[in-house]
Amino acid sequence: MRIEGVPASAGYAEGPLFDLDRPPAVYAGKATAAEEKTSLEAAIGKAVSRLATIVETADSDAAGILEFHIAMLEDDALSGPAFASIASGRTADAAWRQALDAEIAGYEASDQDYFRARATDLRDIRDQVLRALTEDDDPAAPSGAILCGEDIAPTRFLETDWSHGGGIALKAGSTASHVAMLARSRGVPMIVGLREPPAKLAGMALLDAEHGSIVLAPSPAEIGSFRQSAASFAARQGKARTFLARPAVTRAGTAVRVQVNIADPSDVDAIDIATCDGVGLMRTEFLFGKTLPDEETQYRAYRKVLEWAAEKPVTIRTVDAGGDKPVPGFTVEEGNPFLGLRGIRLSLARLDIFRVQIRALLRAAPHGNLRVMFPMIAMAEEYERAASLFAEEQAELAARGAAQQMPPLGIMVEVPSVAIAPEAFAGVAFFSIGSNDLTQYVMAAARDNAAVAHLNSVRHPAVLRLIGSVTAFGRENGIPVSLCGDAGGDPASIPALIEAGLRDLSVAPAQLAMAKAAISDVSI
Amino acid sequence: MSAAAEATVLITHDVGLHARPSVKFTKLAKTFAADVEIALAANGPWFDAKSIVKVMAAKAPKGTVLHIRARGDDANDAIRALIELVRRDFDENAGHVRSA
Repeated sequence: MRIEGVPASAGYAEGPLFDLDRPPAVYAGKATAAEEKTSLEAAIGKAVSRLATIVETADSDAAGILEFHIAMLEDDALSGPAFASIASGRTADAAWRQALDAEIAGYEASDQDYFRARATDLRDIRDQVLRALTEDDDPAAPSGAILCGEDIAPTRFLETDWSHGGGIALKAGSTASHVAMLARSRGVPMIVGLREPPAKLAGMALLDAEHGSIVLAPSPAEIGSFRQSAASFAARQGKARTFLARPAVTRAGTAVRVQVNIADPSDVDAIDIATCDGVGLMRTEFLFGKTLPDEETQYRAYRKVLEWAAEKPVTIRTVDAGGDKPVPGFTVEEGNPFLGLRGIRLSLARLDIFRVQIRALLRAAPHGNLRVMFPMIAMAEEYERAASLFAEEQAELAARGAAQQMPPLGIMVEVPSVAIAPEAFAGVAFFSIGSNDLTQYVMAAARDNAAVAHLNSVRHPAVLRLIGSVTAFGRENGIPVSLCGDAGGDPASIPALIEAGLRDLSVAPAQLAMAKAAISDVSI
Repeated sequence: MSAAAEATVLITHDVGLHARPSVKFTKLAKTFAADVEIALAANGPWFDAKSIVKVMAAKAPKGTVLHIRARGDDANDAIRALIELVRRDFDENAGHVRSA
């Protein structure tokens, strides 16, 4: 049985499943409140000393997290309500759980992502003490196991010996969690957001955290092909690592710029700016979650990435909602969303929302080397309208005396009309080819429909010819052209893209090294 | 002799007064005898600066003007030291490359 998920840390693991959510042992209640109190004090002390032991060998990122846990555990303000509730007759475990659950609920209710994410730390703190209370010195996961469950506690990750392989597959979880960060920096394969819960957490499993899936009870054929993929990944990675720190150059000496695509400002925390030529695509949909982001929230997010990149360019795409990315209160329900009101079409239909983003971008621009591009442009009028909105908002900000700067404005080339007749866009500052959408529109094959996946190839001659002609048009007219779709990081597609004339690719951070390695094999 | 002092400082650290900065902040506050409190507005609510649970509960993002007040013999020293820590971005940005 194969279950799809979202890759959080690339890699492959084959091993026994370990259930993270086994029910904990039952706490044996004591006779008096005084004994309950002693028992909780001892459990907190035990949890602290276990953490202190792990801190000694942890790297600085991990130590920062653990020291936070220790400080919380040592704070009377955290345990106070639990001791009060013990005094009024509760058992130590119920009192602690109640006190911590109240604290956790406070974090979960926060409107800031950072604080909501800390609920995971609080649950970890709660469970460490509950574990100590039940004397259930957790059986460690067997070496090389695939840890599977709802979510994973940072301490569980740090206590686990990863030296013999293993991985993580979570039903919930987030690619922005502390554990996901740690997993990426240690190279532990991890996927999150499993599409369906595994039926039975026992036996062997195959974790493919490069593409995002886990196979339970695999057949010999599945094991065989998995091992091939894993070996090829390891070989590519080993080779790629030697390329990461160097500028990308083909075998013939042609320089190729390689930038990164990011989805969340925190993505840059795990990337060394020296290993890439900038940010070729910063998506802004992540900001448009449950609620529409205000100007300040957007400004801070953009500024963080600009400052991280220093002088290197950061290309931010205005919100590309709609299609397969609905946003409550913003996008509309449509029968055929990929061909409907999405990208710039939606932004121009909702100027109240678009103007907020434009102001945030203009204000962030002085903090780095910003470029802004519009998604789903089909006609020159759309670009001109968007550019005039930038000019209007700039004048407003200037009149208010706010610091601002007009960034170069470019467009995504993803609607075939632009790729076929680029001459209407001779005035834009740059082109960025969105190969995923361009391919789906040229091939008339929805990219989220597995039944037509075989049609969805960037290497079809029709798609490559369009990429080639846009690149040639850009070269002749002095308009820089780059590509920011998945194809840019796909070693199998890179030779064709370079042959089509591209010299600027933007790839997922995890693909950076492999993309550079693939470029070095190209003979042009 | 008991002194009282109060001051404000702008939080410029990238994520604000969050997990790691809060650990440093409360550890430093505890080195003083004075009672120290923080708030996000001049009229409160005030949070005990020696309790990480309370400091985290203040949920101060980047760009917040942090109000600090102290009462006790070393109140002035406490305020001075805590303001300095916030101004130094909690000593966390040493390795970062920043644009001008």
